[in-house]
Amino acid sequence: MRTVNLREKLLTGVFWLAALAIAAILMVIIGYVVLKGISSVNFEFLFSPPARAGKEGGISTTIISTLYLVLGSLVLAVPIGVASAVYLEEYAHKNSRFAYLVNLTAETLAGIPSIVFGLFGFVFFVIFLGWGWSILSGAMTMAIMILPTITRTSQEAILAVPREYRENSLALGAGKWQTIRKIVLPSALPGIATGIILSIGRAVGETAALLLTAGSSLGMPASVTDPARTMAVHLYILAMEGISMERAFGTAFVIILFIVIINYAAHYGMKRLFPLKK
Amino acid sequence: MPDYTIVESVKNKFNIVCAWQEKYKDNIPKSNSELWIERVLILSAGIFILAILLITLFIFAKGIPLIAKTGISEFLFNTEWNPLKGKFGIGSMFIGSLAVTFGALLWAVPLGLITAVFMAEVAPVKTRDILGSFIELLAGIPSVVYGFFGLIVVVPFIRENFGGSGMSILAGVFILGIMILPTIINISRDSILAVPKEYKENSLALGATHYQTIRRVIIPAARSGIVTAVVLGMGRAIGETMAVVMVTGNAAIVPDSILSPVRTMTSNIVLEMGYAAGDHQAALFGTGTVLFIFIVVLNLVVDIFAKAGISNENR
Repeated sequence: MRTVNLREKLLTGVFWLAALAIAAILMVIIGYVVLKGISSVNFEFLFSPPARAGKEGGISTTIISTLYLVLGSLVLAVPIGVASAVYLEEYAHKNSRFAYLVNLTAETLAGIPSIVFGLFGFVFFVIFLGWGWSILSGAMTMAIMILPTITRTSQEAILAVPREYRENSLALGAGKWQTIRKIVLPSALPGIATGIILSIGRAVGETAALLLTAGSSLGMPASVTDPARTMAVHLYILAMEGISMERAFGTAFVIILFIVIINYAAHYGMKRLFPLKK
Repeated sequence: MPDYTIVESVKNKFNIVCAWQEKYKDNIPKSNSELWIERVLILSAGIFILAILLITLFIFAKGIPLIAKTGISEFLFNTEWNPLKGKFGIGSMFIGSLAVTFGALLWAVPLGLITAVFMAEVAPVKTRDILGSFIELLAGIPSVVYGFFGLIVVVPFIRENFGGSGMSILAGVFILGIMILPTIINISRDSILAVPKEYKENSLALGATHYQTIRRVIIPAARSGIVTAVVLGMGRAIGETMAVVMVTGNAAIVPDSILSPVRTMTSNIVLEMGYAAGDHQAALFGTGTVLFIFIVVLNLVVDIFAKAGISNENR
């Protein structure tokens, strides 16, 4: 009996150690980037354009480019993603082959590495459609990348809407689309919003695909056909080419800040914003 | 003798609900505009299929001809990559990708599984919640930040303590392992939580300790989910680009130790795509084709295991 106890105690220790290791890894990574990066971030760094290939100046153009690309991909992906989720959950039959195929392709899309999306975006949008390295090519590529996330989370949110809501609305004489638009979607909104926020996180950090589709030009993009360099691509180039480690830390800090805020918004903000609807 | 009338009545109720659901999808009178809305929605869903078709078509169209010209085994297993001389063998990158992927799995799977069991079975609620939010944050950190951290911290550490340049398989293994931890933990934790409570209760009632129950009952029952977690983690590791390219040194050679630099298939694409043209560019698409097929096969494996899991539960 005693040996069993000792063994169980040891095992408990191992479990706690593993958890501690995970917590420590996260703390070290975030702590290091924050401590090293915070000193190079100031008003000027955020709001002035890079100079001498990023050796001097700030990162304003890369922040703007990131925002353009995130916004562009959301504008494309959110309507399609939510519409697909509505179709899959509200219209498609349980045994529909088409729905099965859509679900399968969504799963496959979610597993494809971003570099493969980058290759596709390059050969299709940049070359075949002749859009060149541009915000448009980048946003289209990224839209395809975040579609599965948006559809999955929307599907789950729609599925979680109680059936009675639909029954009551239909019983009151509302049409099917009316019911979806006025009852189902508003009730599913917090879940859908969480999916969108998580996609923003993915888009902010995306590098490989954008390097091949949006290019790495440092200028301020004037239109959607201009190339652009996002913060993540900027960080990659600064660090890999050894241009300026100080500015690389600053950029990494701003990216981490974005990600932490986005994560917070996705998990706590949603609950605060929609406290009753869950 | 169980009371079958109750079972029957539940069954009937269930059937009524199902029939209602199908009816709701079918028989509500549809106006013209409702029909159009349905068509638009179908079209949106169709974009998924269109996207995957286009991706396959365009990457294959660009990559397959060169692979065919070089010869499949020559392309995959020849280790000479010299675009200037027209030598396109990705053998060393193939080995590189496998080396960092299996290395990462080697430490991330045990740690991830232990953490998953801890979260599902052992941890107090508060600890579990905090750990959960940590893991979500870990999953949210972009790969380029991991790569940067690796370049600044892990690579110098390896250089000073183990010798060499520090840019090595080992650095890639360490960073990649961290990156796949969330995938492994989340999926295996969910599958452990999905094990029916009765299994655990029965085992405990038979006098087994909690840990015996975890090892002999819960983990075997969650097997298919755990395999899924590992395979998906593997897919992430093989496809990861930015973090790997920043820490592994990227020499297109066959590695002879874990401290030797290595180039993966993903790194090969991102490093040379910027200036490649002609056959060279096609060879990079060929690399992408191999990667793509790899991932799709892994996904099919996951699908099969998921189905196996479901049929196990039904038995």
